[in-house]
Amino acid sequence: MSGMVVIGAGQAASQLVASLRAEGYQPPITVIGDEAFPPYQRPPLSKKFLSGEMAEDRLYIKPPEFYAQANAALMLNVRATAVDLTAKTVTLADGAVLPYETLAFTTGSRVRKLTVPGADLPGIFYLRGIADVKAIQPHFEAGKRLVVVGGGYIGLETAAVAAKRGLKVTVVEALERCLQRVTSQQISDFFEGVHRAEGVTILTRTGVHGFDKAADGSLVVHTANGDIDADLVIAGIGILPEQEVAQAAGLVCENGIVVDEYARASDPNVYAIGDCANHPNPLLGRRLRLESVQNAIDQAKAAALSIVGRPKIYAEVPWFWSDQYDLKLQIAGISAPGDEVVVRGDPATRKFAVFYLRDGHVAAVDAVNAVPEYMIGRQLIAQKKPADPAKLADPAVPMKSFTA
Amino acid sequence: MPKVTFIEHNGKEHTVEAANGLTVMEAAVKNLVPGIDADCGGACACATCHVYVDPAFAGKVGEKSDMEQTMLDFANEVTDQSRLSCQIKLSDDLDGLVVRLPTSQH
Repeated sequence: MSGMVVIGAGQAASQLVASLRAEGYQPPITVIGDEAFPPYQRPPLSKKFLSGEMAEDRLYIKPPEFYAQANAALMLNVRATAVDLTAKTVTLADGAVLPYETLAFTTGSRVRKLTVPGADLPGIFYLRGIADVKAIQPHFEAGKRLVVVGGGYIGLETAAVAAKRGLKVTVVEALERCLQRVTSQQISDFFEGVHRAEGVTILTRTGVHGFDKAADGSLVVHTANGDIDADLVIAGIGILPEQEVAQAAGLVCENGIVVDEYARASDPNVYAIGDCANHPNPLLGRRLRLESVQNAIDQAKAAALSIVGRPKIYAEVPWFWSDQYDLKLQIAGISAPGDEVVVRGDPATRKFAVFYLRDGHVAAVDAVNAVPEYMIGRQLIAQKKPADPAKLADPAVPMKSFTA
Repeated sequence: MPKVTFIEHNGKEHTVEAANGLTVMEAAVKNLVPGIDADCGGACACATCHVYVDPAFAGKVGEKSDMEQTMLDFANEVTDQSRLSCQIKLSDDLDGLVVRLPTSQH
């Protein structure tokens, strides 16, 4: 029997193997990864792995023995280059052809690259994989001038680690504020303020026009606000779904591989899970593509149930987190421009939450060092219970009273 | 290396060894002990690595942070012995540690 072939060896792949075996799936499983490592956690890459607090083997989601014990073959350092949906085969870069009965894309995403002149100069890095961090680390020394391009979560987390290390950090963001695409003005203002207090220079409305090499070998970053000298540049300007092989095979793709609520792609033998999958979320009432650990794990669990013939609709409240300095930001739901914004607590205390209300109920929450707000917020989002903004804004009203 | 014994809800015991500095959660995951999900990988963000610490070790596993305590407030079947295993760091003092696992992490 040809069994299951999984293209991509990240968080979703690891969970899929675990869940398939837990649900009684017997046929062989083959996982194909184009990196040198078994499935590993990406969130620490811009946090404790970059800072050196966490060694490489602690990133591994499961020990390498797990895959052998689960009778899952890990084929690493090799790329899947083509899929034939009719013949039900996967072709690898080394020419090998693997037959499958069921195929899963857990291909994740790849970084959006800078396209401005000089973007390929040495000293300009991205942060997506273990290899990227290893390339950055020799340059990541106190006193070095770091320019972070992009004030999103990856950029700000990187800036936080760098500032603590003693680098001279400048964050350049093309939009009006950091985190603009993902959160409210209030949260953006708070994090910009925190970074500035740590000595980070933040330049918003500052697009990057190009890079040049200076006479001393360092870099010059040309921006809308003038030139900035840098010893190294780290760009975090978003990621794109890794969908080329799926698209070339004829699967429907549109901002990701299009799947249904059971993680099934447009071919009955094919699934797509995690960052690469554009999926419907019945709780949110719309399609979306999520770049998160939670989505990789929960969608893999749902896909495993479909594969073993006990389909279950994937419907979870998305959640995320970001660690910067001593701050833990926990996020549930997806906020959107136009939501009613309710602030609970005083940002100056570094412990507060912002709720996003839509149609009278909580649609999302950003909680800074505020676990009850986050945990109850998750429940409120799922329940869609009407919420009173005045009470939510009052820290004297216990969070637990909102679900009672 | 300290030894840790995990006792599943059904009574099945797993005794494992793990290096000092790793967390109790990592000791379980590295040694394929079932019943600890640790979805967030140890970031104290998901409360899916809940364990009950044997009372004999209550004084040795360190204090809960406010963050851990509030995360636990929202876990299932919480008792005085409840901890998030990603927040307990292993050391020689914890050699022989016994923790029990809840029915489910979700």
